[in-house]
Amino acid sequence: MSHSTHQAPKGQATGAAVLDIEKLKVTFATDSADVLAVKDVSFTVAPGEIVAIVGESGSGKTVTAKAILGLLPETAQSSGAVIISGNDILAVSAHQLRQIRGRDVAMVFQEPSTALNPVYTVGWQIAEGLRAHRPEGKRVGRKAARLLAIEALGKVGIPEPEKRVDYYPHQFSGGQKQRVVIAAALALNPGLIVADEPTTALDVTVQAEILELLRDLRDQYGTSIVLITHNMGVVADLADRVVVMFQGDVVEEATAQVLFANPREEYTQKLLAAVPHLGRNSASEGFTERAFQDKEVLVRATDLEIEYPGRLGSPAFRAVDKVSFTISAGEVFGLVGESGSGKTTIGRAIAGLNRTTGGSLKVLGYEMRDYKERTFRPLRKDIGFVFQDPAASFNPHLTIGECVAEPLLIHTDLSGSAVTKKVGELLESVQLPATYARRFPHELSGGQRQRASLARGLALKPKLLVADEPTSALDVSVQAKVLELFREIQVEMGFAALFISHDLAVVDILAEWVGVLYKGQMVEQGIGNQIMGNPQMDYTKRLLASLPVPNPAEQAERRAMHQALLAGK
Amino acid sequence: MENKKSLFSRLPIVSQLKKSVGLQRGMLIAGIVMTAIFLLTAALAPLISPYGATQRFDETQAPPSSVHIWGTTAGGYDVFSRTIWGAQTAFLVIVVAVALSIFIGVILGLLSGYLGGWLDRILVVVADAIYAFPTLLLAMVMSIAISQGRSNMWSGIFSAAISITVVFIPQYFRVIRAETIRLKAEPFVESAIVVGASSVRIMARHIYKNATRTLPLIFTLNASEAILTLAGLGFLGFGIEPSSAAEWGYDLNHAQSDATSGIWWTGVFPGAAIVLTVLGLTLLGESMNDLNDPRLRGRKRAGKKNARAKKKELVDV
Repeated sequence: MSHSTHQAPKGQATGAAVLDIEKLKVTFATDSADVLAVKDVSFTVAPGEIVAIVGESGSGKTVTAKAILGLLPETAQSSGAVIISGNDILAVSAHQLRQIRGRDVAMVFQEPSTALNPVYTVGWQIAEGLRAHRPEGKRVGRKAARLLAIEALGKVGIPEPEKRVDYYPHQFSGGQKQRVVIAAALALNPGLIVADEPTTALDVTVQAEILELLRDLRDQYGTSIVLITHNMGVVADLADRVVVMFQGDVVEEATAQVLFANPREEYTQKLLAAVPHLGRNSASEGFTERAFQDKEVLVRATDLEIEYPGRLGSPAFRAVDKVSFTISAGEVFGLVGESGSGKTTIGRAIAGLNRTTGGSLKVLGYEMRDYKERTFRPLRKDIGFVFQDPAASFNPHLTIGECVAEPLLIHTDLSGSAVTKKVGELLESVQLPATYARRFPHELSGGQRQRASLARGLALKPKLLVADEPTSALDVSVQAKVLELFREIQVEMGFAALFISHDLAVVDILAEWVGVLYKGQMVEQGIGNQIMGNPQMDYTKRLLASLPVPNPAEQAERRAMHQALLAGK
Repeated sequence: MENKKSLFSRLPIVSQLKKSVGLQRGMLIAGIVMTAIFLLTAALAPLISPYGATQRFDETQAPPSSVHIWGTTAGGYDVFSRTIWGAQTAFLVIVVAVALSIFIGVILGLLSGYLGGWLDRILVVVADAIYAFPTLLLAMVMSIAISQGRSNMWSGIFSAAISITVVFIPQYFRVIRAETIRLKAEPFVESAIVVGASSVRIMARHIYKNATRTLPLIFTLNASEAILTLAGLGFLGFGIEPSSAAEWGYDLNHAQSDATSGIWWTGVFPGAAIVLTVLGLTLLGESMNDLNDPRLRGRKRAGKKNARAKKKELVDV
C-alpha cells in the first residue's frame, strides 16, 4: 500500500461518531452448517461516550466486538460496515487494518494474565505498540518508547511507573495486570477502546477499581469505550448508553437511565428481573437469631487449617487459617469470599477431596484429619456435591441418565429398571423431562446440565449438599431459575447445604447464615440479612460497597459511599 | 439436537473424511488409498501372487519376463510374489505389535497415572530408560533373545512383533499416563470420587474412554514406524528367515550387491513397497491428527455452499 490511510480528525474535535456499525452480519462456517452469529447489528458511538453491549452467552456480543477490530477468524464471513474514523474495517487491506488498530481503536481483553506475554517486561509490551506505528510520521526510538510507556503506566494508576516499567507480568496482581493491558491500549491515545468483559475475571473489589479507571479515562481524555459485559451492575455503573443483544440481534437500545427504569422490550425486562439484587428476596428475611440450632450438627470445623505444600524450599501455602464454623441439619450455610480466600478449599475438604492439615473438621461425625478413603466411602452417600462448571462435571462419554444413576449403582442394589425409574423421577424433580436421561451432556444447555448435576447430587437424598459456585458459569436468567429450583428443593427435602459463591447477592437469596472469608480467615459470620445490611468488619463493608447494583442512580450513590470508605481507610 | 449422526459417519476415518476440505482432504484420500491397497494386497496375497513366497526357481537374477514379471533374485525367488507376500508379513507384524503394545501400554498408563506414588515413579523410570535406548538396537536384542536365532514364519513374526512392542509400549504408556493425570483433575472424575466410586470403576468407566481418544492417531503413526523397524531388522538379518516367509527388509539387503551389477529389479520393488506403505500410513495418520484438532483443520468458507444458515434452536430452560 503506497497511499496512506485517510486521516480523520479525532472525534472529539468534530463531534462525528467514533464508531459507526451498520447492518453488521457475521456467519461462521462449522462442521455441521453455517451459524449466523450476528444477524443485523447497527449502532454508533459518539466521542467520549461509553456504550455497553449486554447480552447472555451466544448473543453475539463478543463477535461484534471482534468485528470492530477486524479480529474475526478465517472461518467467519461478514457483511455490512464497521466505520472507524472514515475507514470501513471490513473492507480495508490487512496493512491498513494494522495501522488502524492501536491508533484509532484498541482492545482490552477479559483475562489480563493471558493477554500479556510472560517473557517480556510490561514496558516492552506497551512500547511494542508504539514502535509498530509511527506517530507523527517518524519511528519511535527505544528511549522515547520507554518514556511513553512510563507515562502510560502512570496514567492508569500504577505506582512508581519508572521502576515498574521493567517488571514482568507475574510481578503484578490481577487488577494491576488489567491496568497494564489498559495502559497498552492507551499508549497511542486511540479514540476508541473496546473492552471485552474487562472485569469478569477479577474480584469485585478489584472490579470497582478498574471501572473507576475506565471512567477516569473517559472523563480526562475523552476516550470512547465500547464495553462488552453480561453484568448488569457493571453496566449501571459505567455505561451512558446500552445496546441489548439477543441471539445476534439488537433487541433494545437506550440510555442507561431509561433502560434500567423503563425497559421497553420483554426480553430486557426479563433480563433485568433475573439479576440478583442485594437485599431483595433474602432467605433470612426477618430472622433475628440463627435457625436450626436445635438440630443435629453435621459439620463442625474447629480451628481448621489447610495447607498446600510449597515447592522445594518454599514454605507451604496456608489456604485456610484457623476457621471455625458449624453447619446444622437443614441449614443453608453461605460461604462468600474473593478468589484465593479458601472457600472452595473448605468445600472440597468437606467432601474429602482435599486433606486437612491442622485443627479439626468433623463431617457427619467423621474426623477428616484421620481421613482414609476406605472408611469415609460409606459416608459419601450422605454428601452430595454440585460442581461449578456443569460442562466439565459430566463424563462426556456417558449419557445424563448413566451419570445420574452412578451414585444409585454404587450405594444401592436396585435393579436396572428400578434405577431407570428412579433416574426419571430425579430428573423430573429438577424440572427436566425424564427422556433427557438418554441424552449426552453436550446436548443439554448449561442450565439444564446444572439441573442434572443437582439431580445427581441429590440422588441418594443426602443430609448435606456442598455446592461450589453452582451458578457462576451460567447466564443471569438461567442462574435465577436454577437458584429458585435450588431453594424449592432444599425446602422440600430439608437437606443442609454449604453454598459457596463469590456473589453476595446470590448467597443472600439462599443462605440463612453467611460466613465471609478473606485470605483464609473467617472475618465475619452471621445471619444473612444482618451481614448484608449491617456489616461490622471493614473487609465485609468494602466487599459490599464494591458490588455494583443494576440501577444507575443507586449505583452512583454506592460509588460515592465506596470511595468515602476507601478514603477513610 | 436430535440429528444424532449415524454410527457409520462417526467411525474414525469416515468422520475425518467428512470434516476435511481442500489439500487436507487430498492428503487424507491419498493416505487412505495407499493404505487400502496395502491391506488388500495383504489379504489377497494368495490370489494375486503367481507363486509361493518361499518357492525357488532355477533361473537366478533373471530380468523381468512374462514368467517372472518382476524378475527373480540371486536366491531364485520370484520378486513379484515375494513383494506381494511381504505385505502379508508386514501386516501381521503390525497387528501383533501394535495390539500388544496398546494393550499393555494402556493398562500400565492408566494404573500409573491414576494411582501415582511409587508405582508411577518406577514405571516412568523404566519407560524413560527404554525410550533412551536406540530403538533398532533394542529390537535386535529382543529379536535374538526371543527367536534364539532360529525362526519359522510365526515365531519370526512374533519375535519381530514383540521386539517392536517393547519399543512402543513406552509411547502408549506416556500418552495414556499424561491423559490420565489430566483427567484425574477434571470435575467429572472428582464428581465420581465424591459419589463414592471405587478406583477401578473410575479408571474403567470414566478415564479409560476419555484417555484413549487419541489412540487411533498414534496407531496409524506407529504402524508405519513398525514397518520401518521390521524392514530394518530384516535388512540387518535379524528378521524372518527367507525360507519361512517373505520379508521386504531381507530382500532389500540381498539386493544390495545386485545394485552395483545393474540388477535393479531385486531392490526397487521391495524398496518401493516399503516407501509406499509407510507413506500411506503416515499420510493417513498425520491428516487424521490434523483433522481431529479444530485449530489445524481447514474449513469451507462460510456462506459458499449450503449457505442456508442453521437456525440454532436453543431449547433453553
